[in-house]
Amino acid sequence: MASTDSKIQEFVDREYEHGFVTDIEAESIEPGLDESVVRWISAKKGEPQWLLDWRLKAFRQWQDMVEPTWALVEYPKIDYQSITYFSSPKSKKDGPKSLDEVDPELLEAYEKLGIPLKEREALAGVAVDAVFDSVSVATTFKAKLYELGIIFCSFSEAVKEHPELIQKYLGSVVPTTDNYFAALNSAVFSDGSFVYIPKGVRCPMELSTYFRINAANTGQFERTLIVADEGAYVSYLEGCTAPMRDENQLHAAVVELVAMDDARIKYSTVQNWYPGDKNGKGGIYNFVTKRGNCKGRNSHISWTQVETGSAITWKYPSCILSGDNSIGEFYSVALTNNYQQADTGTKMIHLGKNTRSTIISKGISAGHGQNTYRGQVKIQKGADNARNFSQCDSLLMGDRCGAHTVPYIEVNNPSAQMEHEATTSKIGEDQLFYCRQRGISEEDAISMIVNGFCKEVLRELPMEFAVEAQNLLGVSLEGSVG
Amino acid sequence: MLKIENLHASADGTPILHGIDLEIAAGEVHAVMGPNGSGKSTLSNVLAGKPGYEVTKGRVLFQGEDLLALEPEERARSGVFLAFQYPVEIPGVGNNYFLKASVNAVRTHRGEEELDAMDFLQVCREKMKVVDMPEDLMNRSINEGFSGGEKKRNEILQMLLLEPKLCILDETDSGLDIDALRVVAGGVNALRGPERSMLIITHYQRLLDYIVPDRVHVLQDGRIVRTGGKELALELESRGYGWLEEAAENSGSAG
Repeated sequence: MASTDSKIQEFVDREYEHGFVTDIEAESIEPGLDESVVRWISAKKGEPQWLLDWRLKAFRQWQDMVEPTWALVEYPKIDYQSITYFSSPKSKKDGPKSLDEVDPELLEAYEKLGIPLKEREALAGVAVDAVFDSVSVATTFKAKLYELGIIFCSFSEAVKEHPELIQKYLGSVVPTTDNYFAALNSAVFSDGSFVYIPKGVRCPMELSTYFRINAANTGQFERTLIVADEGAYVSYLEGCTAPMRDENQLHAAVVELVAMDDARIKYSTVQNWYPGDKNGKGGIYNFVTKRGNCKGRNSHISWTQVETGSAITWKYPSCILSGDNSIGEFYSVALTNNYQQADTGTKMIHLGKNTRSTIISKGISAGHGQNTYRGQVKIQKGADNARNFSQCDSLLMGDRCGAHTVPYIEVNNPSAQMEHEATTSKIGEDQLFYCRQRGISEEDAISMIVNGFCKEVLRELPMEFAVEAQNLLGVSLEGSVG
Repeated sequence: MLKIENLHASADGTPILHGIDLEIAAGEVHAVMGPNGSGKSTLSNVLAGKPGYEVTKGRVLFQGEDLLALEPEERARSGVFLAFQYPVEIPGVGNNYFLKASVNAVRTHRGEEELDAMDFLQVCREKMKVVDMPEDLMNRSINEGFSGGEKKRNEILQMLLLEPKLCILDETDSGLDIDALRVVAGGVNALRGPERSMLIITHYQRLLDYIVPDRVHVLQDGRIVRTGGKELALELESRGYGWLEEAAENSGSAG
């Protein structure tokens, strides 16, 4: 086991030290943030005046805000003036020319995670712009989506092509004043994705499956907006199981979802940003604001997330259940190993009548990892017959990690039905030994036990994502027991 | 099959076994009896390779090979099976899935082809009849919510499926009523054969009414103090373990 441990550790360290993601010849500005930077970004992107005004308003609000300290995470003070707020990717010509030039151990990792062959090149940063056929795949599918009236494009493109939609919905779910990081994102967001599904259209494919490679470099201040019009359906996938390198330590993304009458949005995330080394050095700070508005009657929004990366995760994908009979769901697996810290959960705000919400949270802590579930269920006065079911389970590996559960429940309507279950268990030497005594290797046993623990969440993921996520959980925990 | 020579072992730093010598030939069934705290479970755990135990002296040969040099999973794959006294629960992992993974790990080691889901199901159904195991237990999580009897049956089912060369049963009779005991014993007896050895660890003689041993060893304070035929178990049953202690004191030596 010891040799496997060190081998994996070696691989994890090396992978990020060498950095195989293409060195972006950035056209960037000097570090620092003031109004002129916000103006520069907006001008660089050729944005209309209204958007610049929106950014400036957000920036001014941000200046008056203080960084929140309530989360159970510790990190050195961030110097916002030392961050570079804009860099645009220029070319990939310095990357490896083919997979033959890529570290075999990295390729082994892709193999283990079951990353499709075609995607491995892109993930490894191979300069394949001209030949990489995902471009043509992307084009083909884009045409098909276009036929159905579905808009799926970069945020910048949407600002140019569909300004009326952006102006209508941008900030409608997460206002610029929502919180410190959302305000910062609103001021300086670089790019992101925009999706619009027209009335009655069921999006025929998982969005971003075919495009996720291209989205790998969307940067540290990402902005996503998804609108599902009446009766529309869309399943959106974000992230990737492959370990991704990023120079930017601070990530502050904002995701807004809007579901109209009878619409359904399923949003799935697999997050595997660099978690820092085994001593807790480095790693991404992931401060994300994600919120969906079940605006229409019978609308339905599901968040499913598998969070295994980042040094710090601060993230609460939430649902505002405004429409009558609307449904909000949150399925989460958060894994912290070594010195990772995660404070994650959800908010379910019940406004409409007969609204229902389900929360299933699975926290896994190993090494010195700290894992907190923080959630709020709020039943407002007019929300007759609202129902919530919450289940928060924690799994501990070893005796140096921590799991914390902080549920807030606020009920202002006597007809509400609330259920809350919570468990904490330990992945025991006994369970592992039992599996090994039946001939199953320790590695497979850990993976089996952890995947069993997360089953209710993993089955919410689209098939191909689920398989990768299962492998990812195993790989992320290797060597953490024994 | 199994040869234990002067085995000394400690659990978490405390010496428990103080020199065990035991040899089991192929086809033989040996029982190890002893009072609580005599080292019975330590012996089975050391043989299976449970972490937390340290062998301080002696050696164990399994089919002529150094058993102690192998990882627990390697021991299992080469044919050492431990039926646990307290089988653990593993929530979310289907019993069916687990057993198939286990069987295939062992088959792969033996150079046999892995069983696919259909083949496995067929084999499994057959063996389930032997231990009178209801089918729904296969679709549940490993041992989760199983009764004491169901857990033990599940252990024996696994043993039947894996067809090990050395079966170690650690207090398999504990917590079983007489009907369950019969069923479990029936499963064990079904596996008796000239190529297979068994080490039955038990506190009571009761189980040995159903699984009749070739030899009986009495373990006390980490040593085998007496060895005899199946009648030794009956004698222990009637006279208690205290009798041996007195006998040891009187004779000044351990038998």
